[in-house]
Amino acid sequence: MNPLVEGRRNGGLSVLSAGAPPLLTFVLVIVLWEGAVRALRVPAFLVPPPSAVFAAGWQERRALAGALLTTAEGACFGFMLSVCLGTLAGLLFSLSRWLERGLYPYALFLQTVPIVAIAPLLVLWFGPGLRAVSVSAFVVSVFPIIANTLAGLRSVDPRSSDLFRLYGASLTDTVLKLRLPTAIPSMMTGYKVASGLSVIGAIVGEFVAGFSEGNAGLGITVLAAYRQLRTDLLFAAVLLASLLGLSLFALVSQATSVFLRRLRVQR
Amino acid sequence: MQDVDLVIEAGSFVALLGPSGCGKSTLLRFVSGLAMPSSGSILLSSAGGQPTDVMSKLAFVFQDAQLLPWRSVIDNVALPLELQGSNRAEARDRARVPLAEVELSDVHDRFPDQLSGGMRMRVSIARALVTEPSLLLLDEPFAALDELTRQRLDERLRALWLARKMTVIFVTHALAEAAFLAERALVMSRRPGRIVLDKHLELPMERALNLRTTPSFTEQTALLYRALAENGGFDDNQVLGTERNA
Repeated sequence: MNPLVEGRRNGGLSVLSAGAPPLLTFVLVIVLWEGAVRALRVPAFLVPPPSAVFAAGWQERRALAGALLTTAEGACFGFMLSVCLGTLAGLLFSLSRWLERGLYPYALFLQTVPIVAIAPLLVLWFGPGLRAVSVSAFVVSVFPIIANTLAGLRSVDPRSSDLFRLYGASLTDTVLKLRLPTAIPSMMTGYKVASGLSVIGAIVGEFVAGFSEGNAGLGITVLAAYRQLRTDLLFAAVLLASLLGLSLFALVSQATSVFLRRLRVQR
Repeated sequence: MQDVDLVIEAGSFVALLGPSGCGKSTLLRFVSGLAMPSSGSILLSSAGGQPTDVMSKLAFVFQDAQLLPWRSVIDNVALPLELQGSNRAEARDRARVPLAEVELSDVHDRFPDQLSGGMRMRVSIARALVTEPSLLLLDEPFAALDELTRQRLDERLRALWLARKMTVIFVTHALAEAAFLAERALVMSRRPGRIVLDKHLELPMERALNLRTTPSFTEQTALLYRALAENGGFDDNQVLGTERNA
């Protein structure tokens, strides 16, 4: 048989075998869920059947689409803020042990502080709405970027460092031509982790701070649906929120892998 | 390392042999200034007597090629010049010369992951030559390569040395390689490392690959072998270890 045809068939098969299990699980769960809810007569305000969730989602599609955009906006702003400030912080920490020792514990504090508890503070400091939501997304997502950037910058091969020292390389050259290129794969990992976290941060921020400007985000939608016991709508909003996180993650993963391949930095 | 007292004349090719862990690589790091000895001194002097130039006239070839994977071949070779302050275009231009010397002119724009191990090592040598060093230090540069590639590179290195009139210190644990390359061989003992043999090799200036099959070559290699073996050089070699037990 023609090896090319064989190869293509195998390629098709591998796509199928990669995509099939999760899809199958999805269909199976939906069917079992629908069946179980109906058979056991579970009240819809506790666990709505998938059909009701999809119906509610479709019925409220305009409101949900708006909420999705609002949350996406907050998450993206927070994520970009994290990328800029987190990378900068990682770079500065790598240049100065003193700076690292003095500030790293407080960067760690951002990671461990319960975001729900400080969200009211963020509203007080930055004003309600998009700004507080973005800062909340930033607080939740910045630490993995700092940590990964710092680890990457520190992972330079000692012999490559020797080479740079031997030729009397300046600090600028050492950072730009050795440390940053070495750190890029690790930095990209940080960005990927942060992208998913930023959506979580945005939604938590909205719980406290999202009411102001009239266009409510998914976090607000969840709260409102809960107060009205519209569990079907609540499920739809939660589903959309996780889809948003996944999409952002997929987008950043795709962008970073293209970038890594073009730069030829090794993983 | 202990009581190491050496004078290496400008323009000579010295091979430094010894068991692993004896300090031959450390000695190289001392000479290059990458590390400082706890006591003692290293004196480098250039022919012109300009002490400031000495460090910039020194180059180091590491055990693995140590190329930057995100730089093309030509940009890897140009790197030392860039680091010493040349602009990129000028550095690239000057990098063509040593690349031609190692016969890699046709792979300028390739990246290290597209080269074989032997080619990567040739790029590494070109990078060391680009600053026109008067002292070239090599730390087991061909150890990871197959025997045939290694012999070819040995021959090429010898030709480069003859053409460029630089001082070469070559660290290796391969006897035949040391004998083939060097004018003078130094054998170090196990810890604490001392120089136990300092020998000017009695071999012709012009050395072809078939030199390795001549009686005089075998004789010189045997000499180095005895010095190494008598000083615990093969302690971690299994075959000889069992012989000694028997």
